[in-house]
Amino acid sequence: MRELVIIGSGPAGYTAAIYAARANLHPLVIASSVEFGGDLMNTTDVDNFPGFPEGIMGPELMTHMQKQAERFGAEVVYDDVASVELEGPTKRLTLGNGEVVEAKTVIVASGSAYRKLGIPDEDRLSGYGVSWCATCDGAFYRQKTVAVVGGGDSAMEEATFLTRFADKVYVIHRSDKLRASAAMQDRAENDPKIEFVFNATVEHIYGDDLVQGVGLVDTVTKEEKTLDVSGLFIAIGSDPRTHVIHGQLTLTDQGTIEVRGRTSHTNLEGVFAAGDVIDPSYRQAVTAAGSGCVAALDAQHYLEAVAATPELHTQTA
Amino acid sequence: MSAARDVTDASFATDVLASEKTIMVDFWAEWCGPCRAVSPILDQIATEHADKLDVVKLNVDDNPETAMKYQVTSIPTMKVFRGGEVVKTVIGAKPKPALESELAEFLA
Repeated sequence: MRELVIIGSGPAGYTAAIYAARANLHPLVIASSVEFGGDLMNTTDVDNFPGFPEGIMGPELMTHMQKQAERFGAEVVYDDVASVELEGPTKRLTLGNGEVVEAKTVIVASGSAYRKLGIPDEDRLSGYGVSWCATCDGAFYRQKTVAVVGGGDSAMEEATFLTRFADKVYVIHRSDKLRASAAMQDRAENDPKIEFVFNATVEHIYGDDLVQGVGLVDTVTKEEKTLDVSGLFIAIGSDPRTHVIHGQLTLTDQGTIEVRGRTSHTNLEGVFAAGDVIDPSYRQAVTAAGSGCVAALDAQHYLEAVAATPELHTQTA
Repeated sequence: MSAARDVTDASFATDVLASEKTIMVDFWAEWCGPCRAVSPILDQIATEHADKLDVVKLNVDDNPETAMKYQVTSIPTMKVFRGGEVVKTVIGAKPKPALESELAEFLA
């Protein structure tokens, strides 16, 4: 049986792995088969992670974190967690390939998943003009007009990135106030290719085989209007990825995994949580990393306590 | 990076459209993280089902004509061709079990 298994390989998962590996816990990181490295794999320049005065590319930062964890003995598998049994002293995780992993402790750092608009035709045209990843798909919109939905940092980043290819980028936001940081806002507002459409929600996506336009409704006047665009990039935030632990770990009203105070302790002994999956507010690479560190230290202290007084911990099994 | 053979705008007609075997084209690019993620999974599927399905790769940066012709606007996009026609399109990097179930009819 393993001492520790970490679900997730973003900044939280790998920071937990670095600390746990250095504490000789030989953690196993279940990195996901296609989304390993977390959200930063789909970004370009990361300019707000301390220690990189010139900035660093998201995927490169994640490769560094992985190497750093592996240097101290962390093991990484590229698979997904299909199901978990988290109660009792032995945690069981079933992977996508059917393999079952047993561990004394688990850190859940499964991050968050992109939110959808939830309107008709969004799924049908996904991959045909509707996208959640400007860095993946932006290059297909050379000299075209596209729209980004959202008002946060990721929307500003997507819009700014898309100006490399597109002739014009609309940013559609449901209020008249952006949530993005001042630096990101300034950059987008000063970009001649970007035009803001405030107080508007996207109600329709038009196009038979490919996106041809979007239907907007003004949130104040209720007026409807159409924008001709070839691409719609959705950046309206994300939701904590909790499906695999549903019914076992207690969630908050916001849908994140509930942890005790400033710790990473969940409602189950030996199960800890870190990163975006516990964080409804900040969700930065550096806060996730800090939270991963907390989880590794909590797991380490728990394992030490169990080793010291095993009888106290086996009763709950 | 990958075991799969490359096809190009120039070779597409002979390599893919004229292929007698069912063939899947992986539309990808260097700068696309999810493409790199799914590439080894496609290699595994190709190896395990070598008798049923060929898997080839098309770099969309170097071969924009074919990518445009097949209206690829998101990568990775995987298109299965039979007798020169597209019979299945899968968009986005997915875990191996999900890809296998989407491609089930071509792997059985």
